[in-house]
Amino acid sequence: MLSIKNLHASVDDTPILHGIDLEVKAGEVHAIMGPNGSGKSTFANVLAGREQYRVTQGEVHYQGQDLLAMSPEDRARAGVFLAFQYPVEIPGVSNIYFLKAALNAIRKYRGLEELDAMDFISLVKEKVEMVKMDEALIYRSVNEGFSGGEKKRNEILQMMVLEPALAILDETDSGLDIDALKTVADGVNQLRSDSRAFIIVTHYQRLLHYIQPDYVHVLASGSIVKSGGPELALELEARGYGWLNAITAGAA
Amino acid sequence: MAAVNQHIDTLIKREYQAGFVTDVEADSVPPGLDEDIIRLISGRKQEPEFMLAWRLKAFRHWLTMQVPTWSSVHYPPIDYQSIVYYSAPKSRAEGLGSLAEVDPKLLETYKKLGIPLEEQEMLAGVAVDAVFDSVSVATTYKDKLAEHGIIFCSFSEAVQNHSDLVQQYLGSVVPHTDNFYASLNAAVFTDGSFVYVPKGVRCPMELSTYFRINALNTGQFERTLIIADEGSYVSYLEGCTAPMRDKNQLHAAVVELIAHKDAQIKYSTVQNWYPGDERGQGGIYNFVTKRGACRGANARISWTQVETGSAITWKYPSVILEGDNSVGEFYSVAMTNNYQQADTGTKMIHIGKNTRSTIISKGIAARHGQNAYRGLVKVLKSAEGARNYTQCDSLLMGDQCGAHTFPYIEVKNNTARVEHEATTSRIGEDQLFYCRQRGLSDEDAVTLIVNGFCKQVLNELPMEFAVEAQKLLGVSLEGAIG
Repeated sequence: MLSIKNLHASVDDTPILHGIDLEVKAGEVHAIMGPNGSGKSTFANVLAGREQYRVTQGEVHYQGQDLLAMSPEDRARAGVFLAFQYPVEIPGVSNIYFLKAALNAIRKYRGLEELDAMDFISLVKEKVEMVKMDEALIYRSVNEGFSGGEKKRNEILQMMVLEPALAILDETDSGLDIDALKTVADGVNQLRSDSRAFIIVTHYQRLLHYIQPDYVHVLASGSIVKSGGPELALELEARGYGWLNAITAGAA
Repeated sequence: MAAVNQHIDTLIKREYQAGFVTDVEADSVPPGLDEDIIRLISGRKQEPEFMLAWRLKAFRHWLTMQVPTWSSVHYPPIDYQSIVYYSAPKSRAEGLGSLAEVDPKLLETYKKLGIPLEEQEMLAGVAVDAVFDSVSVATTYKDKLAEHGIIFCSFSEAVQNHSDLVQQYLGSVVPHTDNFYASLNAAVFTDGSFVYVPKGVRCPMELSTYFRINALNTGQFERTLIIADEGSYVSYLEGCTAPMRDKNQLHAAVVELIAHKDAQIKYSTVQNWYPGDERGQGGIYNFVTKRGACRGANARISWTQVETGSAITWKYPSVILEGDNSVGEFYSVAMTNNYQQADTGTKMIHIGKNTRSTIISKGIAARHGQNAYRGLVKVLKSAEGARNYTQCDSLLMGDQCGAHTFPYIEVKNNTARVEHEATTSRIGEDQLFYCRQRGLSDEDAVTLIVNGFCKQVLNELPMEFAVEAQKLLGVSLEGAIG
């Protein structure tokens, strides 16, 4: 589904990613872990097409298409979803209107009819219940005045309504209490299927108690320094990131 | 960031979509202004003596006045002697009995603007008094309104047929001495709309006027007078577009509203006059005086405006709250793109007891646009228990535009409560990226964000007008963000 080869990226002419290689197949869950400043968020944003992040080398193919040549909206319409680390507020635009505009833009791109209002509302209500969100929030302005936990639940709600093929969660677990964390994990687990892949970017191992990844990759100083199975996450939890410095130093 | 701004720029750029000129032979007077011209205008319109006397009084006063310089807008001096003060489509001279007699070219113009007059009567609930240049071309729905005793006609017609009402109310809210542009208007105004709603009558439809400036170098000076008698209600919509011109055109209108005891007037404007091109050439100078008076207890006047056009907008729709418990409201969206300048706001003058006013102002500036809110809340000694709430929000797009807020507050009664809130924000790269990551195009994202910003004001517009205004905001900003 996703094939990343030698990806280099810079922000404001500062190189952040130094040659990332990663293969993600449909049905897989990949966890990207690493210390602060290792380039995790840059990696997530580059895949989503954020313009401040400039790709300087390498290629990314998504479902056979050149992902880097696509606009952010076309990536979204083709099924790439980014759950934001800091979800953005849009005053005056109701959450449900935003969700409907997004869903219909994506459906249109795929040649599907717009969902009628009744079908849409029942779909949203069903998902709202699944993410245990206060229904009143769907009529409020997008993320405006939401608590940190509500914002993250809202991201998961959007993910569940839009049903992406590739979902990238950028530190969705940070700052969440245990209930919200479980909700996020439930959302991912419910969406897990043979046709869908996840990239879960996280600093901590705790989310991975609830979402069993197929692969764990450790990102340090803009490179993947170690890959393994779920056991790698446990090792990181036990030993921290410090021991990896030796590996990075050795590599350099 | 530079790339992002450039991107926003391309989004903002778009051709003015109502820019075309109708080729109609015009019946005009020579350029320039003196007492003879005023007599000529009054004569052509076969006005009663009191009108001519009033015009001349205004003109003589105007000669003593100076162009106001206190606002934040900048433009080269206007040569008032080069302006043509009267221009009517020729066919008017032959007299129009029905829509079928209207110059087909005029009707074509309105069709391009999406106002097919023949279809107006079939359209639900909107009566249109179309002003083409200075003379009303056609009035529809008049008969139906007459059944309720409502008068809705051109100002010229009102002067002929309802001169007692005109004489009683003309200049009673905006006197002929009020300000430079209002005095000029009083001297030379050629037409406009007149509405009278009798006691206890709720006007059964939205009244609507489309104004259009057409002939080159013709200043347009309309005058609108709306009177809501005791316990009545009327909602009036004003919409405007103009064809593309290289030369700036002056527009100095006056609107007077009078709401008696328990009456309510809702006045909504969507203004889309030619804003000038992206280098700042051309465009309308829109210097307008709009004021309403709540004469009796519990009267209510609401101004709602969506201003996306004109090179310069200079207007302050205001309410004089004389009656006890009367209410004044001002809801405004002003958008300036390219080199447009807007200096707009309101004045709320609290005189009666427990008078209340609400001011919601949303300013949007893109590219080189300059947007100023200027407002006065004045609470007189007599206004026991007066309340005001003011909210001024500005939205900036790109880094070359400007937003300015000038709130003036004068309170002479210590029981008054006056609140003022102001915010300035920027359409963020973050917001845009968030929308695009959810599948929205950048243009749709800008429209969504701007409409969200303006929601409190758009909610005040009648439904069909709100839809039009939302589209207009989107179109006016195509190509504008960062």
